[in-house]
Amino acid sequence: MSQPASLPLVESLLDAPLPISGIAWLDAARQENRAAFAASGLPDTRVEAWKYTALRALGQRRFARGDAAAASRAVDASTLKLPSADGPRLVFVNGVFRADLSALDALPAGLILQPLSQALLGDAEPLRFVLSRYYREAGDAFARINAASATDGVVLRVAAGVKISAPVQLVFVGAATDVELAWHLRNVIELGEGAELSLIEQHVSDTEPAQLATVVSDIELREGAQLHHTVLQNVAVATSLIRRSSVRLHARAHAVLHVLELGGALVRHDLRAELIGDGARFDTRGVFMPHGRQHIDTQLAIRHQALNTTSTSTWRGVANDRARGVFRGAIVVAPGADGSDASLSNKNLLLSPGAEIDTKPELEIYADEVKAAHGATVGQLDERSLFYLRSRGIPLAEARALLTAAFCRAVLDDLPNEALREHLSALLVAQLPA
Amino acid sequence: MSMLKIENLHARVEGKEILKGLNLSVNAGEVHAIMGPNGAGKSTLGNVLSGHDGYEVTAGSVTYNGIDLLALEPEARAAAGVFLAFQYPVEIPGVNNTYFLRAAFNAQRKARGEKEFDSMQFLKLVREKLKVMQISDELLHRAVNEGFSGGEKKRNEIFQMAVLEPQLAILDETDSGLDIDALKHVADGVNALRSPDRAFLMITHYQRLLDYVVPDFVHVLADGRIVESGDKSLALKLEEHGYAGLGEGAAA
Repeated sequence: MSQPASLPLVESLLDAPLPISGIAWLDAARQENRAAFAASGLPDTRVEAWKYTALRALGQRRFARGDAAAASRAVDASTLKLPSADGPRLVFVNGVFRADLSALDALPAGLILQPLSQALLGDAEPLRFVLSRYYREAGDAFARINAASATDGVVLRVAAGVKISAPVQLVFVGAATDVELAWHLRNVIELGEGAELSLIEQHVSDTEPAQLATVVSDIELREGAQLHHTVLQNVAVATSLIRRSSVRLHARAHAVLHVLELGGALVRHDLRAELIGDGARFDTRGVFMPHGRQHIDTQLAIRHQALNTTSTSTWRGVANDRARGVFRGAIVVAPGADGSDASLSNKNLLLSPGAEIDTKPELEIYADEVKAAHGATVGQLDERSLFYLRSRGIPLAEARALLTAAFCRAVLDDLPNEALREHLSALLVAQLPA
Repeated sequence: MSMLKIENLHARVEGKEILKGLNLSVNAGEVHAIMGPNGAGKSTLGNVLSGHDGYEVTAGSVTYNGIDLLALEPEARAAAGVFLAFQYPVEIPGVNNTYFLRAAFNAQRKARGEKEFDSMQFLKLVREKLKVMQISDELLHRAVNEGFSGGEKKRNEIFQMAVLEPQLAILDETDSGLDIDALKHVADGVNALRSPDRAFLMITHYQRLLDYVVPDFVHVLADGRIVESGDKSLALKLEEHGYAGLGEGAAA
């Protein structure tokens, strides 16, 4: 651990007063997590989970807490629009709920969708289990400061047996302010037994100034629930975004997650899934595509804890210029999780000599009759394919873009929402070097 | 003026000299067969002409329609009308065959300052060519060459040639690995494309393709040079006597 008090980032994040909710257990949890953050500060690269993501530079930055004018910041409406998403929408700007930008009228029966700030004004008890958590691991610094500081976020519940047809859109916006701002959001999502939901999560921000955002999400899928979750992370390159998503899957629950990580300065996503019910299934598909000096780190951790659980993970990384990508895919098949099936593939492409991708698949199996496969590669574009395309008249840059897009395509192929798939493909292609 | 004039061409690959002073002249409308034993430099010739950067030209020149072909990038050569049908067409997973072909077609038109085709126009063109080439349109919906049989890959090369309409088509052992039916299909495709404006360079190890695509000239390439040239009867002679004892005629 580095000396916490000496780090400007830690100092500045602790500078703001602790929010007071008047809910005893919540205020206690905030106090506890804040104290833990103050005591241990930021993890350094000796902490395994942060081995490839150094926080030295970020640790020297200062961010102001709280945007008093967040309720009136102008937001480019076009960034909120997504093809195929004209259903319910919840929008946050600089960590603050924006009713004027959200679409919460006429919610379908069985869907609760509201900002956390409102939910806490009512019966907070259902949130207690998730929000009273204390983060104890050495690498948990940002979860701690999030738990201490977040006063808003998404509360989304789908009642048992309810199938929500229109996709629900969650948009997290970083809007320009005079100062460099830090903000935090806390999301709680629960699908009841047999419920079905399609969810689109978007992260966007203005070009300047720099921001630091943390977003912590807990997602619970009760028996037989089905979630299609698509994440589009396209923040500006001055924004650092640190997310943690924890998914718990009960018996026969099924989550499919598609993730596109395109933007950001330092981006970190801890994605944790626990398959705690028999027959649960968790499928992830993701692309991270850093360029310039971007650093994008995905830490995927899946625990199979019940019989006949399945996980598939297909991830592609493409790094250009002097960018860095990090991927860790850790799968644990716990004792007793017999008959589990886990597969993980992470293929990576380096488009320039200065780019780097560190990938680390890990597999620990403590159960019987388990099927498991994992593999990771780092390579470059195939010269023979490039020449083939050029020999047909396709210029070098276009040929490289074509092959890179093809390399990533496996990740979006099984996205059922066609309009969204087209949109994401186009964003991918737009990110490719011209 | 000949369309293609190769003079004293020397080229090496991985430091090894393969072409050692090759001379060849091709006019529009002509079909030339380049034959020769393995290792003679046949495929090197095709790769050098299409601009593969693994091949280093150390001496000599290639003039195509009056311009220095060797100075052009591969994509510029394609736009100028040079086409190489690969001996081993590359599989490109994730890239749709039609998408690829339209990207190539439009890139060439753009490079020539012509208007690009929209997808409707292109589809119409493709349908016409499919008919001529007798190719199932199922191939179009697959990824480029992915999972194609050997015969399908070669027919896909000829199909691309039909769509791109090059002036100079180089066929690198397009007959290799084909059964007789596939060979006939490929040959029919090539014959359908013969025209007074177009020249073909057919690189082949065996005479049998020449039964179906009858060349105007046959050249024997051995040890990096053309050692003998003649009409189609030369191919028959080679079939009978093999490549042993070649070049004596040329040396005499």
